Amino acid sequence: MTTHSKLPAQTQSPHAVMTMIQAIRSAMDVMLERDNNVVVFGQDVGYFGGVFRCTEGLQAKYGSSRVFDAPISENGIAGAAVGMGAYGLRPVAEIQFADYVYPAIDQIVSEAARLRYRSAGQFTAPVTFRMPCGGGIYGGQTHSQSPEAIFTQVCGLRTVMPSNPYDAKGLLIASIESDDPVVFLEPKRLYNGPFDGHHDRPVTPWSKHPSSSVPEQHYVVPLDTAAIVRPGKAVTILTYGTTVWVALAAALEQGIDAEVIDLRSLWPLDLQTITDSVRKTRRCIVVHEATRTCGYGAELVSLVQEHCFHHLEAPIERVTGWDTPYPHAQEWDYFPGPGRVGEALKRTMEV
Amino acid sequence: MNNTEQLCLHVPEPSGRPGCETDFSYLQLSPAGFADKPDVAVEPVGTRELATQLIRVLDDGGEAVGPWAEAIPVEILRKGLTDMMKTRIFDSRMLIAQRQKKLSFYMQSLGEEAIGVGQTLALRPQDMHFPTYRQQSILIAREVSLVDMICQLLSNERDPLKGRQLPVMYSVRESGFFSISGNLGTQYIQAVGWAMASAIKGDDKIAAGWIGDGATAASDFHSALTFAHVYRAPVILNIVNNQWAISTFQAIAGGEGITLATRGLGYGIASLRVDGNDFLAVYAVSKWAAERARRNLGPTLIEWVTYRAGPHSTSDDPSKYRPADDWSHFPLGDPIARLKQHLIRIGAWSDEEHEATHKALEAEIATAQKEAESYGNFTNGHIPSAADMFEGVYKELPEHLRLQRQQLGK
Repeated sequence: MTTHSKLPAQTQSPHAVMTMIQAIRSAMDVMLERDNNVVVFGQDVGYFGGVFRCTEGLQAKYGSSRVFDAPISENGIAGAAVGMGAYGLRPVAEIQFADYVYPAIDQIVSEAARLRYRSAGQFTAPVTFRMPCGGGIYGGQTHSQSPEAIFTQVCGLRTVMPSNPYDAKGLLIASIESDDPVVFLEPKRLYNGPFDGHHDRPVTPWSKHPSSSVPEQHYVVPLDTAAIVRPGKAVTILTYGTTVWVALAAALEQGIDAEVIDLRSLWPLDLQTITDSVRKTRRCIVVHEATRTCGYGAELVSLVQEHCFHHLEAPIERVTGWDTPYPHAQEWDYFPGPGRVGEALKRTMEV
Repeated sequence: MNNTEQLCLHVPEPSGRPGCETDFSYLQLSPAGFADKPDVAVEPVGTRELATQLIRVLDDGGEAVGPWAEAIPVEILRKGLTDMMKTRIFDSRMLIAQRQKKLSFYMQSLGEEAIGVGQTLALRPQDMHFPTYRQQSILIAREVSLVDMICQLLSNERDPLKGRQLPVMYSVRESGFFSISGNLGTQYIQAVGWAMASAIKGDDKIAAGWIGDGATAASDFHSALTFAHVYRAPVILNIVNNQWAISTFQAIAGGEGITLATRGLGYGIASLRVDGNDFLAVYAVSKWAAERARRNLGPTLIEWVTYRAGPHSTSDDPSKYRPADDWSHFPLGDPIARLKQHLIRIGAWSDEEHEATHKALEAEIATAQKEAESYGNFTNGHIPSAADMFEGVYKELPEHLRLQRQQLGK
């Protein structure tokens, strides 16, 4: 992993081994401490500390007027957050699962995302909408979705998805500090450890991985910077979230010198890192867990052909979830695991 | 035994339609002075009667009567009347400008002027309104620059909103007027969020949310009431029940056989139903609700009973769906005429002063319009620059928008 390489002298501050849950909690802890305009609210986030424990202990530390439970109304959570943002707060609103975000879409898309524009900067909505996404935990079709493409096509929104604890904390702090509204998607299968898609193998905890070494203090990972997590020369893999780990495993298993790019910020996007890589490798595949048609990968394919067409030696492949609801029993048939990514890598290299 | 009936779907209808005079008895009016005035610390359940009766202060003779009649400084009453007149004259001139195709679109507030003016004068300048598109009276009462307002309507080079919004979708933060969305209802829960923020910060400012009878059916309305009650938010939740949502009667929003004020009771919110064409009632009830909010006693829901005297917007013709002369039969009358009558009765106004004020306001608005039009309008090319279209989507211009601006060639 080279995600640390671009980062400044924060390595001097003490580090701790953190899971992604602990890193996310630490980001909110740091920001609640630093900025008394930061508030955290959502379903079950207060006394209980969240169904995934991301806010555990924060209410006890900062009080119930800054960390509190919300009614089961995603529309209300998002709308109240927009109003708080207009007042001058920096709300961190949790949607318990990304699958539950749809009642909040009007407030996120038509309100938070456009408030700065439509009021010519008089009002802004610097809200961070946190939501766990993705499958791999037998969540079925209402606890597994990856709706990032709904947000990446909305002008005025930033959409972010980390793949490891270090990035999760740095990106979440950057999101909370951002004056733009941010949809912060947390791949829940990565909460407790990296996951390469080999669901039948023992679970690896984050403590076995260097990216679990996280500064305890404040630091940011910039919101428009991709990370080259594995440099390579043969083919570029564009991915983010859980499938970063799948792509790394597939490259290793196939013995293909792939350059794996973790996009981290899906929009606005670090296009330069992508085009530099594809012009070098001349081959590209796109991997994500979300459904394929009109998925975020379609935009990536389009950008790559637009900017790198004359450098390409093979068609760009997409490896994604199928265009079906996320099934329960057939989860591993749905999930774009290392087998499918490996096959795509082989096909791409054969052209 | 066969007592089953064939099922049939009930689709509510108004009592009046073109060619059939409206029976306004459905409004269930109370006489002026009839409704009680509870202490501001009343438990929400104690407002049950007030949610179904109608709080009125001005009687048919223009006298202030009953427990809600209070000593309002004459200067406030005179400013209230002047602001209402100014709103109406402004609307009528902008309507003409729209017919002259200087504006793409307009929405007037004819008949509803007392509500926005009365509440604004009852609140503090730092309190934040989250209005709909029919509360321009708030801007008038807060004395926002008419030139700025008209430049917004014209989408010209001086438009404070840079040509980005439909006419009437104002935003004036410095005057406590939140950006109007155009998506109905969204601002209601935002008002609650703003009020929660004020409470979180230990501030003394309160919020006023505004919604129409039609949009009380929207989910944001119900989210707003839930959140306002749960967190005891310092907010006034106004429902302007003007009976019509474009062509649909308020019964289609769920108002048949109930009052919209009773919606609040089920959420645990103090709820009042008030004559919205009675400036004295608007002012007194707004003061009461503001005091509740400021004393951490919680939100108040107020249904203002009024009538949308004009069309929904310049894009519809109400004579197609309701009697053309409906407003002249509306039992709560014209808010301007009623306050004028009261002021004359107490010796604080006269027909001559009314006439002189009217002329002065017309001249003031004409002058402002002339100045605003000198900065151009959206049809003659004097609009904000095309390059500016890409600004303000994000705080900083991102690379992809810089490229798209280049592609546009600006």
